[in-house]
Order: sequence, then structure tokens, then C-alpha cells
Amino acid sequence: MARIIVVTSGKGGVGKTTTSAAIAMGLAKKGHKTAVIDFDVGLRNLDLIMGCERRVVYDFVNVINGEAKLNQALIQDKNCKNLSILPASQTRDKDALSQEGVGRVLDELKKDFEYIVCDSPAGIEKGAHLAMYFADDAFVVTNPEVSSVRDSDRMLGLLASKSRRAEQNEEPIKEYLLLSRYSPDRVKLGEMLSVDDVQDILSLHLLGVIPESKSVLNASNSGTPVILDEKSDAGQAYADIVARYLGEERPHRFIDDKKGFFRKLFGSK
Amino acid sequence: MPLILEFKSSTFSVPVLVLSSDDLPVIEQRLQDKINLAPEFFKNSPLVLDLHEINKQGYNIDLVAVTEIIRKAGMFPIGVRGGNAQQNKQALELLIPIYSNHIGGVLAEAQKPKATEPEPKAELDFVTSTLITQPIRSGQRIYATGDLVITAQVSAGAEIMAEGNIHVYNSLRGRALAGVQGNTEARIFCFDLQAELISIAGIYKVSEDLDETSRGKPVQIYLQDQALIIKDIVQHH
Repeated sequence: MARIIVVTSGKGGVGKTTTSAAIAMGLAKKGHKTAVIDFDVGLRNLDLIMGCERRVVYDFVNVINGEAKLNQALIQDKNCKNLSILPASQTRDKDALSQEGVGRVLDELKKDFEYIVCDSPAGIEKGAHLAMYFADDAFVVTNPEVSSVRDSDRMLGLLASKSRRAEQNEEPIKEYLLLSRYSPDRVKLGEMLSVDDVQDILSLHLLGVIPESKSVLNASNSGTPVILDEKSDAGQAYADIVARYLGEERPHRFIDDKKGFFRKLFGSK
Repeated sequence: MPLILEFKSSTFSVPVLVLSSDDLPVIEQRLQDKINLAPEFFKNSPLVLDLHEINKQGYNIDLVAVTEIIRKAGMFPIGVRGGNAQQNKQALELLIPIYSNHIGGVLAEAQKPKATEPEPKAELDFVTSTLITQPIRSGQRIYATGDLVITAQVSAGAEIMAEGNIHVYNSLRGRALAGVQGNTEARIFCFDLQAELISIAGIYKVSEDLDETSRGKPVQIYLQDQALIIKDIVQHH
């Protein structure tokens, strides 16, 4: 049975699209047929991060409106044939999405894919609501600062009350915490909340910590999901997250300062 | 296709009438006495009938007669729970739905009359407490017509309100308003006080006005001479 994962946060700029691209690629590389959908209609980004922006013909809204077939709009990834991308429309706005239409597209995707990753837009309005409405699992991406944590908490409230599972009294959405842009140095200086601080406020199952890393920016610029950069810390963090989500036990990394003695002594970037 | 209808799921707080006697005239009398205490509250109110207790004690009861008594008292029976097969069949014939009983026992237990009440043994008792076991997240609002019991955390930016007492067996970081219909006897109990605002019967304090010594501890909050008193639940001697 296919599972629908929403990557959400409430707040913008915390790393939803980076996370969506990375985990979708990670699941596909593990052999699972995966589709990733950009719900950010009007602010299309996922295609850039996935490096398929030059191959977009039809989009999500075209499929909802019956102007294109799902197969015409899906773009198969160049690196991994198990992965397909359904891009957002750049020329429309969120009102082009309807609950009935989104449900229909997801039902069709469920026939062919094992995992469907929904990249939510920021905010709690229509786009974000429809991205999470049909979800089975929620990856809540949070930065270690108070406003991001508060917005995530708000989103968790909506997941628990305004989703399809909540409305139909089914088993609730499984919620996971992904703490991104984490910097142990800055936690130590008191400039950032620690993992424990965030856990205390959200009391949520921690799926993984993604360190603040230059590799994320490099990956975005080159249009390859950061998880494919296997040497990078962020890439490894996402690989851990995908493995844990699939049931593997892996110890948490990137929480403590792992700098070597000399680097600490002389300082480094 | 235009949207004609859709199903939504909602949670309502409904009074539950727990019967512990099969003596119909006594039930009718006691019910009227209870209603006289707050006639507006019970007027046209929906009601769920709980038969668990009475069946446990081995009494049998005529559901048709009880339903009639409830209707005469101005309330609408909308459900039966804890009934046996015959009672459930009777209920369906009366067009009253059957509810499952999995939390009924616990709630009924928690609502036994307080020791201060003069009645030695109440034949019936109203259960209007609401139990919540999921976290109340930022932006969520909860309203309970009776007592509100929450075993999970209440996040900053959440708002919980009760006409009766509020119990939070976890961190209270949001706003908590007890006795919102003016009950000055209502209290707030919490395991870890970090609230943004606390209020009883409209008298409130915001976080800034809270005494630092009461923060992060199990406390109870009550009204005394129009002032909010915050006291440690565990008294040190």
C-alpha cells in the first residue's frame, strides 16, 4: 500500500524543498518507486533542486484540470529511474488546486508508486492544507530557533485536526521531526536551541538532525539532491533519515561538535 | 460537480447520565432536582444514557420508560452505552444510537460525587468531563462544558477553556481559562506551569505577572478574595 509523506513546516526557508528532494531520492535509491510533488503553485522550486527545470512540459495544475494526463506531466529523474517529479505550475496560484482534484491525482499515483512525497509550500493556507490533507506520514522540518519551532507546533495542530485521517477518525498521521540547519557550535554559544530544547517543546519523534552545511547550497545550485553527495555531512544525514524511516536503527549524528583537536585549537570554517 | 454535501467529523461534549438505580419515580425526582440547579444548561440538551453501572449491579430497566422521563424533563436522549443485547435492541427500536463503552467506566469513576456533598449515595450522576490525551498544539482551542483533563502538553499559542476545573498533567505553556461561565470555585491544576495566561472566572494573570518561584512546578491556581492564588501542589513542611 502506497504511503503519502508530506514535508511541511509552517515557516518558510527552513529546508522543505531540499528535504523533499533528498528523501524522495533516498527512497528511490533504496529501490522504492517514488514520486515527489511540488505543491508550491506559483513559486515553483522543486524542479530546480531536482535539476529537471528544462524538461517541464505539463504540471500538477494541468493534470488536475484534465489538460494533460498524469504520465505526460511526470518527469523521470535522470539519476534514478525509480523517481518521478510532478512539478508545480508557475503561472497559476494556489486556488488552482482543489481538494477533489488533488485527491484524484494522489489516488492515481498510488497505483504506480510506493511513496508519494508532497513538498508543501510555507504558510498554513490552501496550498499547505492540501499538501498535508491526504498524508499518512508527516516530516516536520524545523530550524533550531523559536519562531520556526512555534510554527511547526501550529502545523502539528493542523495535522491532528484538519487532515483527512483526523476528519474520518482514522489512525492519526505519523509525525516525525527533522531538525535542519543545526550547528552545534552555535548551540554551545547559546545562539540556537539545542535538540533537547526543541524536543521539549514539540515532544515529537526525532527522525534526524541535518547540520548547517555548504553542501546544501552547492547541491541546490547544481540541481542534484544533496543526498547524492555521499561525502557531505548533510548528504549522510539525509541518508540516515531515509534509513531510519524505513525501519533501520542508526545512531544519531551531527548533534555534537565533532571537530578535531587541532581544528578546535586553530579554528576553522 | 458542485459540492452538495460532505461528511465531517467533530467532537462534542455531551452530558452522560449514569443510572445506578432502577427505581423510576426516584430517578425522575432526582433528575428534576439536578435540572433545577441549572435549568438553562439542561434545557433541550442532548444526553447519552450510560447503563454500565446499573447492569453491573444486576438491575434491569425499562428503556422506554426512562427515555420518556428524560424527554419529559426537557432533554433529548441521543445515545445509549453500556447496555446489554436486549437494551441495545430496545434502544435501536426507539431510534437511539448505541455508543461503545471503552472509556465510560473510567470517566464515571472519576466523577463520583465529592465527599462534601450531602447525598450519601447518588442514584444518578452527570458526567461532563472531557479527557484529552493528545498534545494541544499552538493555535488549537479546546472548550469543555465541565471539567477538562489533559494528559499531554499544552503548547504556547494554544487556548484551553473550561466551565469547570482544568487539569494538565504535563507542561502548560498556552492559555488556560477555568470557570469561564463565572464559576469562581473553579481551579487550574498543572504539572509544570509555564502558561502565557491563566484565568479563573475572568480574573487573569499574564506570564509576565507570574511569580518566578511558581514557574516550572506542579501548582494549583484558585481564586481568593478576587485574587488569583498560585500554590505548590506538594506542600513542604
